[in-house]
Amino acid sequence: MKILVCISHVPDTTSKINFVNNDTEFDTNGVQYVINPNDEFGLTKAIVLKEQNGAHVTVVNVGGVDAEATLRKALAIGADEAIRVNIQPKDGLFVAKQLANVVKQGGYDLIIAGTESIDYNGGMVPGMMAGLLGFNFVNACIGIEISGTEATTIREIDGGKETAKSSLPLIIAGKKGLVEEKDLRIPNMRGIMTARTKALNIVEPSADANATSSIKFEKPAAKSAVKLISSDNLDELINLLHNEAKVI
Amino acid sequence: MSVLIYTESNEGKFKKVAFEIASYAKKVADMLGTTVTAVSINATENNALSAYGVSKVLKVTNDKLTSFNAKAYADVIKQAAEKEGAKVVILASTTDSLHIAPLVAVNLNAGFASNVIEAPLSVAPFQVKRSAFSNKAFNLSEIATDIKVLGISKNSFGLFENATSLTEEDFSLALSDADFGVKVINSEKTTGKVTIADAETVVSAGRGLKGPENWGMIEELATVLGAATACSKPVSDIGWRPHGEHVGQTGKPVAANLYIAIGISGAIQHIAGINSSKVKVVINTDAEAPFFKVADYGIVGDAFDIVPKLIEKLKAFKAANA
Repeated sequence: MKILVCISHVPDTTSKINFVNNDTEFDTNGVQYVINPNDEFGLTKAIVLKEQNGAHVTVVNVGGVDAEATLRKALAIGADEAIRVNIQPKDGLFVAKQLANVVKQGGYDLIIAGTESIDYNGGMVPGMMAGLLGFNFVNACIGIEISGTEATTIREIDGGKETAKSSLPLIIAGKKGLVEEKDLRIPNMRGIMTARTKALNIVEPSADANATSSIKFEKPAAKSAVKLISSDNLDELINLLHNEAKVI
Repeated sequence: MSVLIYTESNEGKFKKVAFEIASYAKKVADMLGTTVTAVSINATENNALSAYGVSKVLKVTNDKLTSFNAKAYADVIKQAAEKEGAKVVILASTTDSLHIAPLVAVNLNAGFASNVIEAPLSVAPFQVKRSAFSNKAFNLSEIATDIKVLGISKNSFGLFENATSLTEEDFSLALSDADFGVKVINSEKTTGKVTIADAETVVSAGRGLKGPENWGMIEELATVLGAATACSKPVSDIGWRPHGEHVGQTGKPVAANLYIAIGISGAIQHIAGINSSKVKVVINTDAEAPFFKVADYGIVGDAFDIVPKLIEKLKAFKAANA
């Protein structure tokens, strides 16, 4: 089985979010980049599937040369090879088209992406890839098992979960639940050493147009200070929630 | 060239978000000088849409669509958009709509902006404001394609009544077998409990509760408020509460009217997941807890002392205001 894991290269969850160049660009100064958390659950699941059933795991990123450290980390965690599509991503549909080209070239059975990236939160690339390729698609996927050419998936729904069967090739947009936090792998020294010798292939992007573009960013207005209420005066809290905030 | 919305229903009844996106679409249609058409799937009370500015509803009634199927539903919306010549297609941000929207965008070769939080800033060029960086920033985006797809954040635009005369039209269409490649074999839904996705109020608790045996008062507070219960990441990681209750960056997002955090310090990843809630209340023994920086109302004190008293007072308040 050939598995492709799509990796976003994103600021660490604790990063300070600031903008530069007249608020048109994210300020990368002092920011640590990591594998997008939703993608890391998917990558780990791909490694688990490889250990269980045997598989070849490729990781792919659409991004600049700066994303290579993140791809190397994915290789150190256990992926077999990496592909970088050489362009800074600016639009979901454009990225989906680039990834769909990679899928057509490589002939993958299972494509795992994250439900959303924690930077732009678009939540659209995996579904768009499925639409472009005509593959089956499961969003918000929190469990998958493969048997031959059939997959059993679990997806999160409002207030519960849903189990479905589909045949491969399949695209899932995964999140925590595919594996648990404790199952995430930290690269060991041997992994880091072997990652250096694994293939990281660079492919040039196709000439599709961006469907959307970012004009500028804004930070939320500064919040007024919290209103502190004495623990002896809960009537005041109820009064404020009822008359001022009007939420009860 | 009307504005098309997909109005989601549950067992035939429209969800509240259906009326919220109708309200939003009416605003967009006014800006474009056109009208709003809805497409509904197996909904029974289509006339309810007339109160929120919808002029026409395309009613799809099809047994094959009784349970949700992303590809098939996306196919329905695409065909409705083509029939109407819609240039703007608007969906909600429920689990199902988030699943469908990217497929619809590809079907229509449209640019898609998700997490849109207010009416377009302009329609020519088409510019919208969306939340990004897990609610830590906003992004002004422009959609360049002929057809635009928008996903509207829950609870961001609000409900606006706008009585309109509504035409109902049966819309029958052909669906291909390829739409049904993913077959649902089992669905588990907690019944009788408010879900985090639907809740107006969410009561959430963290490690400050000291152990799973102490969640009785959290559930009782939630019951009094008609709220859903939620928890912080450490609490679900150590198994005190089910994963489905974990809210935050890697858990479920919360966009409630009222979010009450009890014994939750407010790690940046937790705040990212709940920050689009309108009013936030924190109860914590530690006055230095970061949650106090983002909360609207705060009480410094012991949850084990405060929560039972708050339950009693809220019961009295509810009885007096019933």
